[in-house]
Amino acid sequence: MKGSEAIIKSLKDQGVDIVFGYPGGVLLPLYDVLYDSDLKHILVRHEQCAAHAADGYARASGKVGVCIGTSGPGATNLVTGIATAHMDSSPILAIAGQVGTALIGRDAFQEVDTLGLTMPITKHNFQAMQADEIPGMIKSAFYIASTGRQGPVAIDLPKDVQEQEFEYKADFQIDLPGYKPTRKGHPGQIKKASNLILKSKKPVILAGGGVILSESSDELLELSKLIKAPVTTTLMGKGSFPEDDPLSLGMLGMHGRKVANLVVDECDCLIVIGCRFSDRTTGKVDEFAPNAKIIHIDVDPAEIGKNVDIDIPIVGDAKIVLTSLIKTIGKLKEGNPGSTKEWADYISDFKINCIPRLSFDDVPLKPQQVIKEIRDSIDYDAIVTTDVGQNQMWMAHYFTSKIPRTFLSSGGLGTMGFGFPAAMGAKVALPENDVVAVCGDGGFLMVCQDLATIREYDIPVVVCVLNNRYLGMVAQWQKLFYDERMSHTHLGEVPDFVKLAEAFGVQGERVEKPGEMKETLQSALKSGEPTLIDVIIDPDEILPMVPPGCGITEIVGEYKVEREVPGEIPYRAPHKEKEGE
Amino acid sequence: MDEQRTHVISALVLHKPGVLQRVAGLFTRRGFNIENITVGTSEQENMARMTIISKGDEKVLEQIIKQLNKLIDVVKVRDLDPENTVKRELCLIKIHATSEKKRSEVIQYANIFRGRIIDVSPETLTVEITGSPGKIEALIDLLRVFGIKQIARTGPTAISRGTLD
Repeated sequence: MKGSEAIIKSLKDQGVDIVFGYPGGVLLPLYDVLYDSDLKHILVRHEQCAAHAADGYARASGKVGVCIGTSGPGATNLVTGIATAHMDSSPILAIAGQVGTALIGRDAFQEVDTLGLTMPITKHNFQAMQADEIPGMIKSAFYIASTGRQGPVAIDLPKDVQEQEFEYKADFQIDLPGYKPTRKGHPGQIKKASNLILKSKKPVILAGGGVILSESSDELLELSKLIKAPVTTTLMGKGSFPEDDPLSLGMLGMHGRKVANLVVDECDCLIVIGCRFSDRTTGKVDEFAPNAKIIHIDVDPAEIGKNVDIDIPIVGDAKIVLTSLIKTIGKLKEGNPGSTKEWADYISDFKINCIPRLSFDDVPLKPQQVIKEIRDSIDYDAIVTTDVGQNQMWMAHYFTSKIPRTFLSSGGLGTMGFGFPAAMGAKVALPENDVVAVCGDGGFLMVCQDLATIREYDIPVVVCVLNNRYLGMVAQWQKLFYDERMSHTHLGEVPDFVKLAEAFGVQGERVEKPGEMKETLQSALKSGEPTLIDVIIDPDEILPMVPPGCGITEIVGEYKVEREVPGEIPYRAPHKEKEGE
Repeated sequence: MDEQRTHVISALVLHKPGVLQRVAGLFTRRGFNIENITVGTSEQENMARMTIISKGDEKVLEQIIKQLNKLIDVVKVRDLDPENTVKRELCLIKIHATSEKKRSEVIQYANIFRGRIIDVSPETLTVEITGSPGKIEALIDLLRVFGIKQIARTGPTAISRGTLD
C-alpha cells in the first residue's frame, strides 16, 4: 500500500466521510488517490476556510473534522483555523503536505516548518517520515483529538512519504504512554463539593464549553434543579443550558447580561463546569465572585488554579463528575432540604428587571430587532454561527439558545471570518438542520471567496451580514475609551454585498426595515438555496460592557431593558457594604 | 506573593525528535523561567530524562508541572524535593598556563576539588570537575586568577535519593 492510500484508508477507518481541503504540489499523490475514492472532498477557496469548516463540522456534530492543505502557504493558511480550534478545544485533524524528506530544511519551494508552527496551537502534532507510520499516526491523532480535553491535531506529510510503498498490517497498536486523560472525579472531592453546595445559601453555576464537549447538558439541568441554582454560561457554554429556563441568567462577563454579572458577584458558592476562566468571562480576577467559594470541575488539570484560585477542584469529565455529584447531593440532601428557595425567588425578581429590550422600530435597524427576527424565524435546533466582534456579542447577549451545539462562535481566539466557513462545515455535518451565519461586514469580507464553495456544492447556508460599515467592536472601544477618535475602523461604502453574492451565483437580499429580516430569512431557508442577506444596521448601537481591567459589576453603556419603568434592581452588593463598615 | 524558589523538575519524555522543542517552547510561551535544562537517555528504552531548573513560586511550579504533563510526549514529571535530591554537574575548564609554577598550582587545586586534568598543551591545561553547582563555582573562582580561556558546563542533572521516585 502507498502512504497516500494509507491516509485515505485510515481516515475512513476512523469514520470520516468528508474532508475540507485545497490541493497543491506536494499533495498530488494524496489527491490522486482521492480522485477514485468515495471519501467526499469539499474544495474550499482558501485553506483557512477548510480549517474553520472542519471546526464548524466538529462543533456541530461532535465528530472530528478533517481539513487538508498543501505545504508552505497552504499550511500557514490553515494555522489561523487550527489556532481557533485550539483555543476553543474543538477536535479537528489538520493534514498539511510537506516537501519531500530529502528537501526538508533546504528552504525548498513552498517549504515551511509546519511542525514548529503548529506545535503551540495543537494538542499534539506529528510528522510522518515513513509511510508505515501513517496508520498509527492517524489513529492516534483521532484518539488524542477526541478524548480528554479535546483539541486539534496536525499531521505533516512529506510528498515522498505519500508515494512510499509499505506493507499494511491491520493489527497495529497505538502506544501513547504519556497520554492518559482523567475521566472520573475524585470521590472525596465530590463529597466535599456536595457538602459545600448544600451548605450554601446562594449557589450559582457557571457552565463553559466543557459542558457541551462532554455532552452533559442534561446533567447540568438536573443539578441546577436539584439545588435550585441559577445558571450562567460563558460564550462557549451558550446552548448548554436552556436560556428560557427561569434559572437561566444568560452569558457572564465583559458583554454579559447584567443579572449574570451581579448575581455571580453576590453568590456564596460558584460551581464552575468546563470553563477556563477567560479574562472576558471574569473581568478583573481579584474582584471575581468575591464572596464565593469556588468549585471547579474540569477535565484539564492545568486549568485548575491557572487564572482563578479554586477552593474545591474536581478533575474529570464533566458528565461523569456531574452524575456522581448529583447522586451524592441527592443522598446527603435527605433530611437536609437546603434553603435556596429564597435565593431562586430573589433571582427571578432580579431577572425581570434585567430583561433586555429587543423590539425597536428604528431605521436603520437596531441589531436587537434583527436578532429578535432571526430568533423568530428559526427553530431551536437550527445552528447559528457568529463572527467576531459586535455581531458576536449581540448574538451572545440577545439571542436565546436552548440546545447544545447550536451556537457556534470563535470564543478564545476571536477569529474574524470564522462564522461563514464554520456555518458551511455545520451544514455539511447536519444537512437537515437550518444553518444561519450571523457575521459583521468586516469579518465576512475576510472569507467571502467561499461563497463559491457553497454555490458549487449547494450548501444552503444563509449568511446574514450585519452591515454597519464599521469594524464595530473596535469602533465601540474608540467611542468609549479613545475620545471617539475613529482610527481606521470605518470600512467605506463598498462592497455591495447583494451584488457580491450574485457574482458567485448566490441569492443576495437586502434588509433595511423592521419585519423584513424575518420574512427574508424564512423565504431564504425555504428556498433551500445558499443566500446572503445584507442587513443594514445602525452604526451607533453600542452594547453595555465592562471596560477592560474592571470588575464585572462595573457595567458601562446604556442598558435598554424590556420594562418601560424598570423597578429597582434588588442588588445587594455585599462586599461593597462590607468595605463601608 | 508566594516565595520564589528554585525547583528541580525531572521529566521522563519520549526520546523523539522535537520533544526538546515542545518543552522549551512551552516554557517560552507560558512565560515560565528556565535556568537550565539537561537531556539524556534514561533507564528505559526510547525514553529520555530531562532535568529542568526553574525559578518561581508554588503557583507557577504547579502550572509548569501540569502544563508539562499535558504534552503527549511527556510521560512523567516530578518536582524533586531539594532535601532528598542529589544534583551533579560536569564542567570543563580550559586554563591558560605556560609556566611550571602556574601549572602545578592548577593541578593542585584540581586535585583538592577531585578534578582531573584531561588535556595538556604547551599553553593550556584543561580541568574536568564534577559536583554540585556550588562546588564548581568555587573552583572556577579559584582558577580565574590564572586566566580561564573557556568554560563548558553541562548544567545540573539530578536524581532523588534512595527508593524515592
